Amino acid sequence: MVGVTATADPRSAIDAVWRIESARLIAGLARMTRDVGLAEELAQDALVAALEQWPESGVPRNPGAWLMTTAKRRAVDTFRRNERYDRKLGEIGREQEFEEEPDFTAGLDDHIEDDLLRLVFTACHPVLSTEARVALTLKMIGGLQTHEIARAFLAKETAIAQRIVRAKKTLGDAKVPFEVPEGADRVARLSSVLEVIYLIFNEGYSATAGEDWMRPALCEEALRLGRILAGLMPKEPEVHGLVALMEIQVSRSAARVGPNGEPVLLLDQDRTKWNRLLIGRGLAALDLAESLTGGAFGVYAAQAAIAACHARARTGEETDWGRIAVLYEGLGTLNPSPVIELNRAVALSMAVGPEAGLEVVDKLTSEPALKSYHLLPSVRGDFLAKLGRLDEARAEFERAAEMTGNDRERTLLLNRAAECTP
Amino acid sequence: MRFMVIVKSDEKTDVAGAQPSAEELQEMGKFNEELVKAGVMLAGEGLLPSAQGFRIQYSGDTEARVVDGPFAESKELIAGFWILQVKDRAEVVEWMKRAPFREGEIEIRQIAEMEDFDHATPEIVEHEKKLREQAEAN
Repeated sequence: MVGVTATADPRSAIDAVWRIESARLIAGLARMTRDVGLAEELAQDALVAALEQWPESGVPRNPGAWLMTTAKRRAVDTFRRNERYDRKLGEIGREQEFEEEPDFTAGLDDHIEDDLLRLVFTACHPVLSTEARVALTLKMIGGLQTHEIARAFLAKETAIAQRIVRAKKTLGDAKVPFEVPEGADRVARLSSVLEVIYLIFNEGYSATAGEDWMRPALCEEALRLGRILAGLMPKEPEVHGLVALMEIQVSRSAARVGPNGEPVLLLDQDRTKWNRLLIGRGLAALDLAESLTGGAFGVYAAQAAIAACHARARTGEETDWGRIAVLYEGLGTLNPSPVIELNRAVALSMAVGPEAGLEVVDKLTSEPALKSYHLLPSVRGDFLAKLGRLDEARAEFERAAEMTGNDRERTLLLNRAAECTP
Repeated sequence: MRFMVIVKSDEKTDVAGAQPSAEELQEMGKFNEELVKAGVMLAGEGLLPSAQGFRIQYSGDTEARVVDGPFAESKELIAGFWILQVKDRAEVVEWMKRAPFREGEIEIRQIAEMEDFDHATPEIVEHEKKLREQAEAN
């Protein structure tokens, strides 16, 4: 019979349970053992047990509770075998919750949410390298397996496995407490968490497309992490700012690559391909960020606000370039960068005219950081061409063509240079 | 990937226009909160009974005809929907096993992702392959 029963693939069912339950499982175990590395291992042991037993017994009605109970049993066994862990066994014995079966609705319990937040902050601790933070976050909060992380980052599984082992050891050696930082430390630590999430997003987003689902899926993963964090820290404007930025950027996915895999620039994109649902979610998250600060923007919210200007415009011509220029100015104050200044120049030229843009760009020509940045002569050439200074424009486009490493872009720039020849 | 979870109406909710009980609403609210906090829920709405809905029928060049509800065959009607973003089909199944329904049926359809199909040109496939070979060689 067709379509009456779905073939239940036990492995994918277990993977799905793992994805939903693992972060809370690890977080709960980390609170009990005060050792994130150990918690992660215990959770993995429980997963192995599930893989052994569930294909026979079926997935239990409350798989989260099953995993927790199994992990706890493994913990007690481990500790009994190893006297050094006596103290931890004692702690576990005192944990009332440990004896109770956690149920599905326990996710709403503040306790578990606090644990989850502690886990996020521990995985993104500055004592770890950025790569280590990314790997640990994907493993412990995203519920990805080592081979999936390796695939996403085009790395060897053994390399990622080692990275995770080392990261857990570093956390242990540094005696990193399992806690959410407070006070001044909190801002810096939160920015480390947001950086990790945005890095994961960009890793997927810059890989514009591909036959491999895993790299675009990194964008989805980063968004999921961002949305989880927004649920855990609803009062932090920058968390909503980052979510807004990611939602709006990803809303353009379908429009940003042409039929031959070539990147399509924002102003050339078919806006009917932009995903309105995601734009709506992004604008709502941005509103939330704005309402929490009374209008002031952090780095992510400012970028989201710029993305929102594009998202709100029905056509490129309708874009509020004046506002974008102001937002870039604000962004440059928060995070001074010649690239941001270059972007501001483009916005200014669109809002006011090419002279205004040229004035800003001319100040950037001596900027060492932009010495080999082909977009600087490319943008300058564009302003000059619009002003009718064709000889100068041609020279800039030729210079930009020499600097770019991308063949397609080189062709485009040489074409523009040729157009400047009377 | 994204899925649309379509909740079907039944006699009780559509024809009789029965409101969900406070307890049912609370359970659904809790479930929705779980979905949101897990970062998987993009959207979700409940629909009013079909008595307040209408259909528009087209036939050739004649003017489109508006037909008011309620409509028969209530189990073919939609009572509400979610749009969920998850890793795979198994994850939707696992989430929806936890939905507070005790009877009836839901239908789950994958949402077409334009970027999944449009851009996997041979060129990109080849590029990805090269990247992978490079990574293996590292």
